[in-house]
Amino acid sequence: MLKTEELQINIGPQHPSTHGVFRMLVTVDGETLVDLKPVFGYLHRNHEQLGEVNTYLQNMPFTDRLDYFNSMVNNHAYARTIETLAGVEVPERAQYIRVIMDELSRILNHATAMGFMLGDMGAWQTALLWGMREREKILDMFEYVSGARMMCNYCRFGGVVRDIDDWFITELKKLMQGLPHYFDDFEGLLLNSEILLARARNIGVLPKDLALAYSVTGPVLRGSGVAYDIRKAEPYAVYDRFKFKVPVGTVGDVYDRFLVRIAEMRESYKILEQALEQLPDATGGFINPKVKQQSLKAPAGEAYARVESPKGELGFYVVSDGTGSAYRYKVRAPSFINLSALADMCKGYTIADVVVILGSIDIVMGEVDR
Amino acid sequence: MALLARGELRSILQTELPNVLDSRWDTQATDQAEAHGEGQTVLLDFDAVVKAEAIVEVAHFVRDKFGYDLLSNITAVDYLNHGIIELVYQFYNAAEAGPDLRVRVRIGRSPEECIVPSLTPTWPGADLQEREAYDMYGVVFPGHPNLARIYMWDEFKGFPMRKDFPKTGDKYTHVTGE
Repeated sequence: MLKTEELQINIGPQHPSTHGVFRMLVTVDGETLVDLKPVFGYLHRNHEQLGEVNTYLQNMPFTDRLDYFNSMVNNHAYARTIETLAGVEVPERAQYIRVIMDELSRILNHATAMGFMLGDMGAWQTALLWGMREREKILDMFEYVSGARMMCNYCRFGGVVRDIDDWFITELKKLMQGLPHYFDDFEGLLLNSEILLARARNIGVLPKDLALAYSVTGPVLRGSGVAYDIRKAEPYAVYDRFKFKVPVGTVGDVYDRFLVRIAEMRESYKILEQALEQLPDATGGFINPKVKQQSLKAPAGEAYARVESPKGELGFYVVSDGTGSAYRYKVRAPSFINLSALADMCKGYTIADVVVILGSIDIVMGEVDR
Repeated sequence: MALLARGELRSILQTELPNVLDSRWDTQATDQAEAHGEGQTVLLDFDAVVKAEAIVEVAHFVRDKFGYDLLSNITAVDYLNHGIIELVYQFYNAAEAGPDLRVRVRIGRSPEECIVPSLTPTWPGADLQEREAYDMYGVVFPGHPNLARIYMWDEFKGFPMRKDFPKTGDKYTHVTGE
């Protein structure tokens, strides 16, 4: 019988398809993958210890650097945790503004994530630029309200730092007019593409029970057929006032994750429409004026708050000792925990599929390495 | 399979698995910390504090009996003043809407005591989080298939997130940041 030799190779850390500085130690038998070990730490800066040294407000801009695609969502999750810990009320208008920013983030994240994944498949640049085009329009809106495209630093305890004005709402409505057409185009371009079907269907299958055992969340979990969405399971902000569906996949392959993300963008659009309709006028204020932002102190205790970030469950676990900074600050980063399923998803597929499967998890290393 | 109310798990464990609760924290469940001075941490008793060696049994119990099938988060906290390291396991029921279930383990800080059995054989999602707790806090998880450092390099000595880890100075250049 013919004896084959197994070979161990490195993918990354410097490699465009690893979406950052991430290394995979891969054992292959010919083209087939036998084992995969993810190696972390290249971007590690002990973010959690920085959180223990900073005051609560000083830490807000640091959360931007976790998942740098969705700094608005990170801000929201962190502000919610400290609000729970210190018992801060948030005005209704601020809740709506946060929802609008979260859903815009979700659209831009999914558009670019799908663009990157298709780029990994060899749809070189076209799909990515389609995603990037919409992203830039949304980032312009973020820049208008917060002053920065990506590092928004927009939330404060008890609200947001600046109100949105009529110009923003008019421009947002203009932007939204184009979105349904954009989703149709994006889907129509790719959904029935022979190449996408060949590269994505029945690749990287993660069955339902295994997905739960691996603690994955977000589109990866829903792609495997578990309808678990924190916006429904533990509604925060004002999410219980909107009508939207939780799209789920059936097989749990790369293609399902792709479909779930496209469907989620459409649901986000629906939420945006309803949020703009229900947005209360400015009389209630956009921030709780009683909160002392700079010198905020929280009573001794602990709090955990989570939001449905575009990548999964983003939560902050904060322990307070009664002073102005956290005693323990832990980030439950969705892409870090979703990566634990990577090895199992890749085993038995070819080495070319590994890149696509990694793209379908949608990781960002700022959050994985912290 | 209904969700458990806050603190309900403790009374259920008392009747069904009487030997798993950690008797050092047998008092009534407290949700809110009482008034303390600044800089004083408090140990909270959300849900239940169990013995380290019983964590695997309890995790199976809440999954099979109450449907808490999503082990979302494992957090290690170093309570230096109390001389313990606490591991907080947060479980969710993926089929039902609701808050988390927090199961705690409290162990000593010395290398002989800082040991908790690994959940990775049944919950592979615990793999990376247990490695993180080992890397940052020095908690050892027997039964883990690959308990290596995850963020720090392999030759690194010490556990940087522990409260008594020096924040100044560099042992490689022997400068004592004064």
